Amino acid sequence: MKDITENEMSLEFLSKSNNEAFARVTVAAFVSQLDPTIEELSDIKTAVSEAVTNCIIHGYEDTQGIIKIKCKIFAGSVHIEISDNGKGIKDIEEAKAPLFTTKPNLERSGMGFTIMESFMDDMQVESIVGLGTKVTMKKLIRCKDELCTNTTE
Amino acid sequence: MNVKYNTEDKLLVLELTEEIDHHSTEKIRRRADYEIQRHMPRKAIFDFNGVTFMDSAGIGMVIGRYKMVSMLGGKVSMINVKPSVKKVFEMSGILKIIPIEECA
Ligand SMILES: Nc1ncnc2c1ncn2[C@@H]1O[C@H](COP(=O)(O)OP(=O)(O)OP(=O)(O)O)[C@@H](O)[C@H]1O
Ligand SMILES: [Mg+2]
Repeated sequence: MKDITENEMSLEFLSKSNNEAFARVTVAAFVSQLDPTIEELSDIKTAVSEAVTNCIIHGYEDTQGIIKIKCKIFAGSVHIEISDNGKGIKDIEEAKAPLFTTKPNLERSGMGFTIMESFMDDMQVESIVGLGTKVTMKKLIRCKDELCTNTTE
Repeated sequence: MNVKYNTEDKLLVLELTEEIDHHSTEKIRRRADYEIQRHMPRKAIFDFNGVTFMDSAGIGMVIGRYKMVSMLGGKVSMINVKPSVKKVFEMSGILKIIPIEECA
């Protein structure tokens, strides 16, 4: 018997750096119900940490604001939306390029988007200068139960 | 972070003991820079045994320390890097200049 698990959660928190760990651990705990492998879970934690950190250091910079996370479990995959109402990105393609960073002085390596893209199955960025940025990521969680023919198609 | 220094071989071992992200690198950086400037090591080793999570902040942190140690004429390497942490380093290409060694 197939059990299509559907579930949803959302999270709002202040753009403080000590919430980076809170955010990734909370998303990981929610995703755990899909029974991911350790590697899948660690990929998700890393991608969430990248997106949340970007909201804090680039989106809000020296100001403080709210970061929102929406997380959906659907047909054996996780959809995660992370957004801020910060300063936005002028050129998204340039921002996504490996090694591109506007903050080299803070020892940033410019690898955040590249990591999100490669650790997740899909990553999209939407941004409006002056209004904010939203990163949407998806990852398929492989079903380890032989009885469960994966429900993705 | 636990620090070990061997005066004889001028070897500085920086044992990282927490998850590495933008929040935690601030403190790690300050302590590591202090130890590097104090000892001027011939070799600095980052021991990742206690690190169960790292994001791109770790790449910048290690490169920053590498620059400082090289300027003082020393070398940098890493040990005990877990697969999930190694995966992040592999994205960046820095393993070519800062190698992971099998053992201390
Ligand atoms: N939420 C955001 N708001 C505004 N600008 C952003 C946001 N996220 C990313 N950017 C811009 O995109 C650039 C690239 O982001 P990316 O995460 O790839 O690298 P980084 O954050 O600079 O460095 P790293 O993530 O390796 O520490 C950033 O330098 C910044 O200019
Ligand atoms: Mg980043």
